[in-house]
Amino acid sequence: MSLEAGQTIELRVTPDPYVTVRYAGASGDFNPIHVDEDFAKQVGLPGRILHGLWTMAQVARAHTEAAGGPEHLQRLSVQFRGMGRLGEEIVVSGTAEAGEDGTVIVHSEAEQSGQRIIRHAVAEISD
Amino acid sequence: MPVDTNAVGKTYPPDVYAVGREKIREYAAAVGETDPRYFDLDAARAAGYPDLVAPPMFAVVYGMRALAPAAFDPEVGMNFAMTVHGGQEFRWERMVVAGDEISTTATVKSIEERGGMGFYVFETASTNQRGESVCTGIWTNIVRGVS
Repeated sequence: MSLEAGQTIELRVTPDPYVTVRYAGASGDFNPIHVDEDFAKQVGLPGRILHGLWTMAQVARAHTEAAGGPEHLQRLSVQFRGMGRLGEEIVVSGTAEAGEDGTVIVHSEAEQSGQRIIRHAVAEISD
Repeated sequence: MPVDTNAVGKTYPPDVYAVGREKIREYAAAVGETDPRYFDLDAARAAGYPDLVAPPMFAVVYGMRALAPAAFDPEVGMNFAMTVHGGQEFRWERMVVAGDEISTTATVKSIEERGGMGFYVFETASTNQRGESVCTGIWTNIVRGVS
């Protein structure tokens, strides 16, 4: 495991205009607020918004890349807030601390244009 | 309208999802993954896996299909126009690889009302074709204006 207590993690990603279309196909979540600009505006959104679970996948990726692979991620919980927008950079940042039985606990969040769109993310990382 | 809690504890028939190589590649690309174990068979085998490895968050793909009958159950009664995805947790116990058949059972874990909002919590429990637990998902949906 390459992630130790005291270490910080960071991942930056800018969702391109078609990421929600690709993610809808990949995940099976075709909610029109993510793929239909007109529909999104009709229901009062500024436009199509990111899938929360796509953003959570960026948080997960920040951990698996820092830890050296997907097998190290044992648990991840997040809270979604607000909405993720297309074309604006997302920064995932977190800090690792010692957990029980040799595990590492990472507290993180995902921020976009000054808004924390994922809060109170907690991950458990093992060897 | 106050929340109806009659559906708490209700379990739905398992959904069996066959994990395919190209679906793993499609999902991994859509979320920006670059780890070769998700894309390259030789890299996956060199790392000790029998086939392409699914990223942890691929749990969404096999989990959500099992969750749908619970989320859309009239007895649960979620008002989708007022629903937001409030929170999500996954606990992973075993890696999933292409060729696995993942059986997922969804349960209505809790339905509560707090501050005029309904909190609908579902659990998905997923096992592979050998009966080994691979992942548990906790899906929290928040419905505004329930009272």
